[in-house]
Amino acid sequence: MHMGNWQEHRRYTNFKELQMKIMVGYKRVVDYNVRIQVKPDGSGVVTDGVKLSANPFDDIALEEALRLREKGVADEVIVVAIGPADLTAHLRNGLAMGANRAIHVVTTDAVQPLTAARVFLKLVEKEQPGLVILGKQAIDDDANQTGQMLAALWDRPQATFAGKVEIADGKATVTREVDAGLEVIEAELPAVITTDLRLNEPRFIKLPDIMKAKAKPIDTIEFASLGVEAHDHLKTTHYAPPAKRSKGVMVKDAAELVAALKQKGLL
Amino acid sequence: MSERETMEYDVIVVGAGPAGLSFAIRLKQLTPDTTVCVIEKASTVGAQILSGAVIEPQPLDELLPGWRDNPPPICVPAGEDEFWLLSKTGGRKMMVPPGLKNHGNFIVSLGAMCAWLAPQAEALGVDVFPGFAAADTIYNADGSVAGVRIGDMGVARDGSHKPGYTEGIDIKAKVTVLAEGARGSLTKQLIKRFKLDSGSDPQGYSIGIKELWQLPAGRVTPGKIMHSFGWPADSHTYGGSFLYHLDNDQVALGYVSGLDYSDPNYQPWEAFQQWKNHPMMQPLLDGGTILSAGARAIVTGGYQSLPKVEMPGALLVGDTAGLLNVPKVKGTHQAIRSGMLAAEHLANNDLNAAGFDATLRGSAVMAELKKVRNIKPAFKKGLWIGMLNAAWETVTGGASPWTLKNKPDWSSLHKLGAQEEPKRDYLQRTLAPRDRLAGVYFAATEHDEDQPVHLQVADTSICIDRCTTEYGNPCTRFCPASVYEIVDDDAGKRLQINAANCVHCKTCDIKDPYQIITWVTPEGGSGPNYQNM
Repeated sequence: MHMGNWQEHRRYTNFKELQMKIMVGYKRVVDYNVRIQVKPDGSGVVTDGVKLSANPFDDIALEEALRLREKGVADEVIVVAIGPADLTAHLRNGLAMGANRAIHVVTTDAVQPLTAARVFLKLVEKEQPGLVILGKQAIDDDANQTGQMLAALWDRPQATFAGKVEIADGKATVTREVDAGLEVIEAELPAVITTDLRLNEPRFIKLPDIMKAKAKPIDTIEFASLGVEAHDHLKTTHYAPPAKRSKGVMVKDAAELVAALKQKGLL
Repeated sequence: MSERETMEYDVIVVGAGPAGLSFAIRLKQLTPDTTVCVIEKASTVGAQILSGAVIEPQPLDELLPGWRDNPPPICVPAGEDEFWLLSKTGGRKMMVPPGLKNHGNFIVSLGAMCAWLAPQAEALGVDVFPGFAAADTIYNADGSVAGVRIGDMGVARDGSHKPGYTEGIDIKAKVTVLAEGARGSLTKQLIKRFKLDSGSDPQGYSIGIKELWQLPAGRVTPGKIMHSFGWPADSHTYGGSFLYHLDNDQVALGYVSGLDYSDPNYQPWEAFQQWKNHPMMQPLLDGGTILSAGARAIVTGGYQSLPKVEMPGALLVGDTAGLLNVPKVKGTHQAIRSGMLAAEHLANNDLNAAGFDATLRGSAVMAELKKVRNIKPAFKKGLWIGMLNAAWETVTGGASPWTLKNKPDWSSLHKLGAQEEPKRDYLQRTLAPRDRLAGVYFAATEHDEDQPVHLQVADTSICIDRCTTEYGNPCTRFCPASVYEIVDDDAGKRLQINAANCVHCKTCDIKDPYQIITWVTPEGGSGPNYQNM
């Protein structure tokens, strides 16, 4: 139905943009439906036998990249994940959603934001994408740092917390969700965009696309081969579950409530 | 309208439980070139599997001979068996019935075991698709089953299409294997359409409600297995508990209530909570935390209720057929065995379902069910007659010349006031969860609220006009997840269905006395997200 518009758009879009690649960070995290359990020894959270899935903000990033490709703004979408060998199935989901290919940087170590940003920088130097779209944060560590660090290392503009993205004339016009409301900024490409929740609603994966994804390429790169220093800049001392709420007290009437509050020195 | 997208396989399996996955693995072992896919409504394999579970390992030894070197993540060799008759304040240790002697068996999490089986199936070339619900069956021009239709995604509550609407595809296959577990929603349609139950008694069910607990260090004896009967059930309600000691200071515990109970005021969930607070159980659990909780219907009709398990283009395996052994309280070994038998039958018969019914009935699966066929039905006559009969049937190895009849569970419900209400000698509970809603939290159940209600009530006027006075709306009590509520507001008294709470146990579909509730699949990936259940 929008075919006419697309074709028109393509005709007037310059050659460089048509060749544009979009690189998308696609991190695997503990699924948002899982009730997180802290290990009894406080060394981390339980991940064995727990459902893992794509970071929801990364799903939004991938959806946005796919929509830009469908609009004719880009011609290739690459999903990137850093982690252990069994990430392949996770990357296949990204390919089934519609990414053209995947890059898997293999490491068994936990990766902190600065290390992740350095890895992305290496991949950016190699792939030369016009746009890198990352989730604003991952729901496991809630760091909200990788996108900003990558932009700084790459020395390119960043547009974080994106609620709306438009690409034209070598520029990204991004509506950001900020405390005061909405802020519209322009960033020259190439740039880094990080996604907020309202940017879009990711599509459902279709069964035939899962089959097609099996034929799409996944490049495997050993972390060590990238020449990135794997340094833990932060040290986690321990994990603890939130304190349990103490049991409530039933009161008969308002007078008893007032008395109880007074007793606690709250009135 | 555009043509619906289609995928083709030689065989499609509905349900990634022990029956479906064992079937797929066996078929690929025998005929590697056959294309097989398994579709599963849960968002991930194992997330909607709930079982005790103590399993007999022999069928697994046959299916995967090396499995003991690479066991599933939760797998504790069975230790001491105990069997208790409980009263409200104490209990008496009884002789362990032969069916409950578990030496050589394993305590597992069936959910974790299925998550462990799935990659082994995939390694053989099976396509396993979690997150996709088989919403309907499709048929060939000659009336035979042609495959299944995957449910649409992105449909709003009112049936309109949301922005992300994605039409479900059709999967066509030479043969469709139903492995949906107890009271499968497609199986239910197929039994009706092909009159598969015309030669058998109605199917019977129980509801099992389970929790997984993390206990303070030192309380657990890994491998210990305890079953009980008696309190909190009255002598006319078939009810019993299980308590399995796992490793890592965890216990799996649950309570099973026969859905042939007659008192409309009975609440299976409350019976479970009562049992947990029994003086023998409460000190074990006190100070512990719940890791996961849920419920599932269990098929109990056995030998005399087994429907015909084949129809043109399709067959039934595992609990959706109804192969659980009640006195053993085990179905997994029967599920695996029937899945393997089905695979062997199809491999030997050019993927033709015809003849599988005879194969199954002539197999060890059926012989096992025949032996115990009279045990459960006799409990309809009360606990003591049931126990005496069970002893007789066990001693004679089921050689009685008679076979007791099963009736549909919904028909056993008495109307309010029709019988004296059994005295429920219940105690004050202290352990979590406080109520069913607090319990549902531990099932991590998730349904997009803006989707069609997947619990279809054919005529809600019956709920207020008749059921309220005749049975007092038992749906508000038998549902373990508080899905059904009668609300009384400005719009008047009416049934409210909190479909988002549903844990897919199927009890309402079974027990509703008017048989007007139909459980259908919600959007793929919806429902409970159990961990290690």
